[in-house]
Amino acid sequence: MIATLALISGQRRARLRRRGAVLALLGAALAIGFALALMLGQNQFPPATVWRVLRGEAVEGASFTIGTLRLPRALMAILAGAAFGMGGAAFQTLLRNPLASPDIIGISAGASTAAVFCIVVLAMTGPVVPVVAVAAGLGVALLIYLLAWRGEVTGARLILVGIGLSAMLQSATAYVLSRAPAWSLQEALRWLSGSVNGARIGQVLPMGLTLALCGGILAWRARDLEVMRMGDDAAAGLGVRLGLTRIAVILAGVGLVAVATASAGPVAFVAFLSGPIAARITGRDGPILLPAAAIGALLVLVCDFAGQFLLPARYPVGIVTGVLGAPYLVFLILRENRKGTGA
Amino acid sequence: MTPPLLQATGLSAGYGATLVLQEITLAIAPGRITAIVGANACGKSTLLRSLARLLPARQGRVTLDGTPVQRIAARAFARRVGFLPQSPIAPEGITVLDLVSRGRHPHHGLFARWGAADDAAVAQALEVTGTAGLAERDVAALSGGQRQRVWIAMALAQETEILLMDEPTTFLDVSHQIEVLELLAGLNRRRGTTVVMVLHELNLAARHADVVVGMKAGRIHATGTPAEVLTERHIREIFGLDSLVMPDPVTGRPMMVPRGSLAAARQEERA
Repeated sequence: MIATLALISGQRRARLRRRGAVLALLGAALAIGFALALMLGQNQFPPATVWRVLRGEAVEGASFTIGTLRLPRALMAILAGAAFGMGGAAFQTLLRNPLASPDIIGISAGASTAAVFCIVVLAMTGPVVPVVAVAAGLGVALLIYLLAWRGEVTGARLILVGIGLSAMLQSATAYVLSRAPAWSLQEALRWLSGSVNGARIGQVLPMGLTLALCGGILAWRARDLEVMRMGDDAAAGLGVRLGLTRIAVILAGVGLVAVATASAGPVAFVAFLSGPIAARITGRDGPILLPAAAIGALLVLVCDFAGQFLLPARYPVGIVTGVLGAPYLVFLILRENRKGTGA
Repeated sequence: MTPPLLQATGLSAGYGATLVLQEITLAIAPGRITAIVGANACGKSTLLRSLARLLPARQGRVTLDGTPVQRIAARAFARRVGFLPQSPIAPEGITVLDLVSRGRHPHHGLFARWGAADDAAVAQALEVTGTAGLAERDVAALSGGQRQRVWIAMALAQETEILLMDEPTTFLDVSHQIEVLELLAGLNRRRGTTVVMVLHELNLAARHADVVVGMKAGRIHATGTPAEVLTERHIREIFGLDSLVMPDPVTGRPMMVPRGSLAAARQEERA
């Protein structure tokens, strides 16, 4: 008994230490990435100059580049990436399937179509657009659920219905964009694959607030969500409030992904990739949402930088993440098929 | 402290339009082991899920010490009544220690930290089930018998006064079946835990249960001691099986030997 006690408390402490270390490393990587994103680019600035601009001093030749161009872009990359990562991992955990990510099953596509429709056809701007995007994301989530319903909802059917809806919504986005001849290629790409190019500081605040609110809701339900991975009945037997957790996680997850999509476009595969990468790094033995958010933020920040400066031409971040994510999607679908759950 | 009383009164429940349970009235014997037996699809699991507060009653009610279970908060209920479904899912990559630790979930509020009492409960659950040596192993890599013991360890770590188990011996070979049932019997003896389990194997039910509940078509057909319920007549009525019941040479409890199914006998007669 005493040996067992020592063994398990030792293991638990080791686990907590490892988790703390991983989160600290991710945080440090984010801080360094953020600093580099402000310093590096067409013009390089030393840290001292960046610091002066951040403190609000007007620095000749640096204030515009850092304060107006790079800072909102880097902040948006981090916040939208975190929102995608956290929202995606929440859906994957709730539906117990890595393919059940909002960007695979059409929730991002729905938010994106709605945002494009509002901006291009209805000429809307401002905070109305994310609100409509969230409503559209929820609408798509409900539609998938109803279409997949056959007395009960199984993960595989929900995912197939979602993939189909996603394809339809993406072509709707492309159609709306094609009807707007004055639209630039950059802007079109933002809505088709996502970009943080041209992010403004005014967009950063609503994204940050959404992340705080929905992240808070998810943190409130995180433990119950984790226990629900054992199946609904086992979780209910452990005192989990299934209905409440399901609704809260869906609302918060759709909110995160839809607002991020309205701000940065449907940045391809970030929601889909962050959870599995975070699980690989931290081990799958604790709540995944925080590490997934950090991985999402890092993915968007690093891929945006790579798309701007490390590749022969300038690409929006969604193209880079798309290239990274597509092979993993193929791998997962093949694996599902081998397990015999693909259909 | 007297053990709590879990009770169904005039309970009807079901899924969708179908009513699986019809007017069930049953008081679970406190501090005893109850086995629910019956043919496939007779409502055994549905009754267990209703007792576990998973399925709302259409009519009648389930009460714990007189309070309707739907009025007890989920977490508070789970601190008193544990439920292990027939096929729980072991999350990918989870270790035995982590899985067993989840039994402590209902004991933690939103901000409660893991404490010494939690470590002690988990350690004891591992010891009692003989799974302490597996603590660091991946649950997916265990054999069927080991995995079942780990799930039971999780339910034990929950430290409830009542334990509901849906077919705890499925997928196990005969020695592991006996092992699991002896484990539950020991728990019942030492801690006075009330155990309710759905069992398929009548002879195991006869051997390990104090009370047998025989169900047929959503109703309770017979309830009482193994000797009262597991008679040739009841077995014919509940299962449509012609059998011979004799005393088990080891325990003296009833032992059932099938002669043949009544359906097959009728067919033969017609032919």
